[in-house]
Amino acid sequence: MIELSGVGYSYGDSRLFGDITLSLAPGAFHFLTGPSGAGKTTLLKLCYLELAPDEGQIDIFGKDAAALNRDDIAKARQRIGVVHQDCQFIDHMPLAENIMLPLRVAGRDHAAEQNNLRDLMAWVGLGDKADALPPELSGGERQRAALARAVIMSPDVILADEPTGNVDWDMSLRLLTLLVELNRMGKSVLLATHDLALIRQAKAQVPARVLRLRDRVLQQAGSDL
Amino acid sequence: MIALFTPSPTDPERLVPPSGITAQLTAFAAGAMAFLAVFALALMFATNRVADRWSAELAQTATIRVSAPAPQMAEQVQSVLTILGQTPGVASARAMGDDEQRALLAPWFGPDLPVEVLPIPRLIEVVEDSTGIDAEGLRLRLRAEVPGAVLDDHGRWRRPLIEAAERLRTLGVLSIALIALTMAAMVTLAASASLSANGKVIAVLRLVGARDSYVIRAFVRRFMLRALAGASVGTVFAMAAIAVFPDSGRDTGFLTGLGFRGLEWFVPLLIPPVAAMVAFWATRIAAARKLREIR
Repeated sequence: MIELSGVGYSYGDSRLFGDITLSLAPGAFHFLTGPSGAGKTTLLKLCYLELAPDEGQIDIFGKDAAALNRDDIAKARQRIGVVHQDCQFIDHMPLAENIMLPLRVAGRDHAAEQNNLRDLMAWVGLGDKADALPPELSGGERQRAALARAVIMSPDVILADEPTGNVDWDMSLRLLTLLVELNRMGKSVLLATHDLALIRQAKAQVPARVLRLRDRVLQQAGSDL
Repeated sequence: MIALFTPSPTDPERLVPPSGITAQLTAFAAGAMAFLAVFALALMFATNRVADRWSAELAQTATIRVSAPAPQMAEQVQSVLTILGQTPGVASARAMGDDEQRALLAPWFGPDLPVEVLPIPRLIEVVEDSTGIDAEGLRLRLRAEVPGAVLDDHGRWRRPLIEAAERLRTLGVLSIALIALTMAAMVTLAASASLSANGKVIAVLRLVGARDSYVIRAFVRRFMLRALAGASVGTVFAMAAIAVFPDSGRDTGFLTGLGFRGLEWFVPLLIPPVAAMVAFWATRIAAARKLREIR
């Protein structure tokens, strides 16, 4: 669904990484790990086309990303659920409306999705926060809300950047379970995290591949995990 | 554009924070510009009317000056009147009396000028009907039959008046165009400020798959409606001010003639929709420019 071939990216004169090859096939579960500043967030941004690579090629849902216009990119993003590290929301809108935003943008009748929304918010532990405004939420609640927004459209690919960074272990496991469930439904998941315990937990549930971004290259992690 | 007036359940407008100083500024700027535009329109119409009247009044009259030795003067004047009686387009013609000619010359020579003993040309006032006279044809006939008679159809007075009227009309159109451009600039500035302040909203919308047209619609609708509301208020106030402007009737001067007559009152009603359209395009262009910064 998303394929990176020989992709490189630099910030100014500073080369972040190069020759990255990655394939997110349907039903694949990938963890992306590596030290801070290695480029995990940048790699995710390349996957959902917020950034364009300096070199190499990105194919998204069978099309060369370089050939896509802005509307094509928007359309592709409707098939990708993204959980940002800084969990951006529209602050003046209640949480429930923020979570339903992808449906609204896609022109879907979000009134008909109220039951799904209620279940989803209950699943991420935000059942009583539907009317709360995003600035009123804690960091962990914002991350759970971001995950709910990322999956409400039942996207083909889920890209999550440290989605469990601000939540306790129990909630981390619940979020992981949700991602595993979605993965079992055929969704492809790429999860960037520092949390090795979470990776081990996931590997017990699903055949996940662990990738490590280090020294400007992407490697398959070994038995050290 | 019509769709922008009919909100739908997926209407993007609510995604932009409800108001702020840019909202008030846009409405105020639109109102002020509409107010000025109404006055510019009124001025343009008044100029047109005054110029048309002056032009028509001068166009419907002509003067024939007859110069001849005193013994032949009466005969020459009669010949001219006879010719005028046969000329199509002449409603009436009459020779001015001594008293009228004295009154005409009084500003220069005083009231006691003995016009009856001075070799002063005799003036014949010609009033044209609606079809008008063939000035060149009449001039040629007079030259042939009454060599001392000279026709003055007021062309040299009328021409500068018509030119002045055309320039005033051009200035009026230019003023309205400048007002529209100023409003477009103000709306662009307000929209750009709003777009910059809402960069996060735009980023979130793009992240969840919003097309540019969707994001643009969220802002365009808001600014267009603000401009429409502001311009409507400004237009109503200006029209009310013009309605109570002193008007002493048709034959009054330029300033007291400022206003609208008859169907002209409908023309300022076009200002609010035009302001909305200007805001529509100004916001659209500003939003498209801002979106180019976000992938």
